[in-house]
Amino acid sequence: MTDTPPPGHGDGKPDASHRMERLAAVRPRLLSFARMQLRDNAMAEDAVQEALMAAIEKDDSFAGRSGYETWVFGILKYKILDGLRAQKRQGRWQPLEAEPDDDTLDRLFQQSGHWHRHERPVSWGQPDAILESDHFWQVFDACMIALPDNVARVFSLRELMGLSTEDICREVGIKENNCWVILHRARLRLRTCLEKGWLKEE
Amino acid sequence: MNKCREATKLMSLKQDRSLTFQERVSLKLHLMMCHACRQCDKQFTLLHEVGSRFEADIEKSTETDHTR
Ligand SMILES: [Zn+2]
Repeated sequence: MTDTPPPGHGDGKPDASHRMERLAAVRPRLLSFARMQLRDNAMAEDAVQEALMAAIEKDDSFAGRSGYETWVFGILKYKILDGLRAQKRQGRWQPLEAEPDDDTLDRLFQQSGHWHRHERPVSWGQPDAILESDHFWQVFDACMIALPDNVARVFSLRELMGLSTEDICREVGIKENNCWVILHRARLRLRTCLEKGWLKEE
Repeated sequence: MNKCREATKLMSLKQDRSLTFQERVSLKLHLMMCHACRQCDKQFTLLHEVGSRFEADIEKSTETDHTR
């Protein structure tokens, strides 16, 4: 009596029961990623659910070239883009023209163009150690939530989804120049928020 | 161009497109002189790495789960 080896065995593809376990294990991280992007809990839940379903359905198309979770993450990114487009169609986006009354820069810099003394960036230590820290990610999450929706959207399309500014312009419907202005402000606001929320407590 | 405000613009921009020669030089000169902006530059770079780090951690999240 010989057992035939399960199909796909040995190529790094997890078997069915193992796969469900791994999907369950990765779900919370996928959800926190989707939340940062979509900024709507129900939509984030839906996007993750759809991604997990698609992963189970399209199981055969997982080639094992990347890790299994990375592959699922890739599916989620498409679902998030779908979700963002739906939000846009539903008119849920505020206009993305940089608000003329945005005072981000004036709060950080003196008239002379130098940092206000109490806003001057200080060292955060080693990047690797920072990114290892769970606390950093908690603060990052909170700081993302604190950003205005439209600013956070552009930032996360760029830095979390890895889209080029050219693609973002097409997706969001703004000029590239405007995109750079928004990203500049988003980065300044995030770094300020991170430094205040995180270094003080660490 | 030696104002911090302008320098942070270039630090941000360089995460999104390559800087022109002139932009690179003026940023470099400013960073040589300005400690605060050097920190800001590192932090923008860190923010740029957050996405790939998140992705790498996703792969690891289940590994740690197995060893639990
Ligand atoms: Zn400076």
